[in-house]
Amino acid sequence: MASEGDRRSDPEVAERRSRLLGRPGFQAEGARGVAIALLSTAVFVTVVLVAITQSAGWPEVHRTFFDWGDISGSFPEIARAFVLNVKIFLVCEVFILVFALLIAVLRSLPGPVFFPLRALAIIYADLARGIPTILVIALLGFGAPALQLTGVPRSRVFWAGLGLILVYSGYVAEVYRAGIESVHPSQEAAARSLGLSRFRALRRVILPQAIRRVIPPLLNDFIGLQKDTALVGTLGVIEAFNQSQIDTNATFTYGSYLAAAALFVAITIPLARLTDWLIARDRRRRQAAGGFA
Amino acid sequence: MSALRLEGVRKSFGSHEVLRGIDLELDDHEVVCLIGASGSGKSTLLRCVNLLEPLDAGRIVLAGEEITRRGVDVNAVRRRIGIVFQAFNLFPHMTVLRNVTLAPRDVLGLKRAEAEARALELLARFGLEGRRDEYPDRLSGGQQQRVAIVRALAMRPELMLLDEVTSALDPELVAEVLSVIRELAEGGMTMLIATHEMSFARDIASRVCFLDDGSILEEGPPHEIFAHPRQPRTQQFLERIIEAGRL
Repeated sequence: MASEGDRRSDPEVAERRSRLLGRPGFQAEGARGVAIALLSTAVFVTVVLVAITQSAGWPEVHRTFFDWGDISGSFPEIARAFVLNVKIFLVCEVFILVFALLIAVLRSLPGPVFFPLRALAIIYADLARGIPTILVIALLGFGAPALQLTGVPRSRVFWAGLGLILVYSGYVAEVYRAGIESVHPSQEAAARSLGLSRFRALRRVILPQAIRRVIPPLLNDFIGLQKDTALVGTLGVIEAFNQSQIDTNATFTYGSYLAAAALFVAITIPLARLTDWLIARDRRRRQAAGGFA
Repeated sequence: MSALRLEGVRKSFGSHEVLRGIDLELDDHEVVCLIGASGSGKSTLLRCVNLLEPLDAGRIVLAGEEITRRGVDVNAVRRRIGIVFQAFNLFPHMTVLRNVTLAPRDVLGLKRAEAEARALELLARFGLEGRRDEYPDRLSGGQQQRVAIVRALAMRPELMLLDEVTSALDPELVAEVLSVIRELAEGGMTMLIATHEMSFARDIASRVCFLDDGSILEEGPPHEIFAHPRQPRTQQFLERIIEAGRL
């Protein structure tokens, strides 16, 4: 693909970009820039720490939240419960990626014949994004098993997972759709003019370009989903958040919340950095290709 | 039997009638150039022939078979007609070789080796053999357009439609693309060409059609049209071209 090497080694370009986009451009600004950044960070952190520790309620907060024995003591159990969050995340994500793509493709079908399918896809996306996730999970998780239908799973994890899939597919479908619409119609014309069917043109020409462009926003939704697996706990399922709540009730301190938060962050922050890196790589490619790709 | 026949072709976009009853016939191995101002309907005419735009009225007959009738297999028709666009429209996420082999493999069902052999032969014929693994954005406009021509030729079409294929190119790159088209014409390819390159049209065309506001106002052999245009509108158009130094 594009020659990223010679782009990056052009200091003038790098400097201009770092100023315009406000990205940390340490390489370009040199040792003096690093020194200024360190100093301003140190001043900022000191001011914040002083403000917090001087507050009237700090001794109480310190006792209930920052008891190290509390945090480390609750950690192993919460970590075991967190495995369920990760499992829910991984399984749901696979279904979301497939189901949302189907919705997005239905919504981008042209012509009056497909109007009912388009309308259905629009109604679905509106509902999925319109109802609070916690409500969807509560409705499905408490409602569906109560029907006692034969052949229908009774597991609350199953129904909560389905709720997450339904909600997140609404968002992810919109991301896919934005990608599909960003591919110029001339690409479809070129594919169809070669005799490719509508389906093959979509599969070979339009979707590969569309999906490549929306990987960063897709990853953003991954991060949201990973966090929202905590909502499964509202059904009484023991996952990380619920486990930390149980610990809180036992000790009357909140250190276990911090332990749970640390576990979530351990997954979401690497995902966020990966997203940033992909966006930056994408931008470099576009610039190297003169905006063509 | 003619290679292509258009009868009373009409096409509107909204209230604007772009084609107002076009009659046109191409014999086998004939090269017909469409000239006329921007917006006169040249591109729309080509897109109609390739069924990229549905007609409002009229018929299009390809080698004796009406392709505008109801229930026609548009994909089967498009397999037989190659089209090359002004903006190349290569697939940016595929290498040159993949661009060229996609349709032969997916549509004609050729084996990979067979499709690649066919592609490499064509790429070599047009001086592109060294570019097989490049992505389109690494190629010059002239190279991209030659790849687009090869991509269409790989389907072994019986008719080629060229839609102002040199209009998006830097002037110094125009010649390499025109020489490819000239070679195709010499090889007997039936072609319908919309172009602003008047001297090229004069050299290559067996017939030139002057389109004005959606109608073919005048047609004939190039030496007649360019030297002795009968219609005042044609004379006007050609005078403006000469003023612009394009003829």
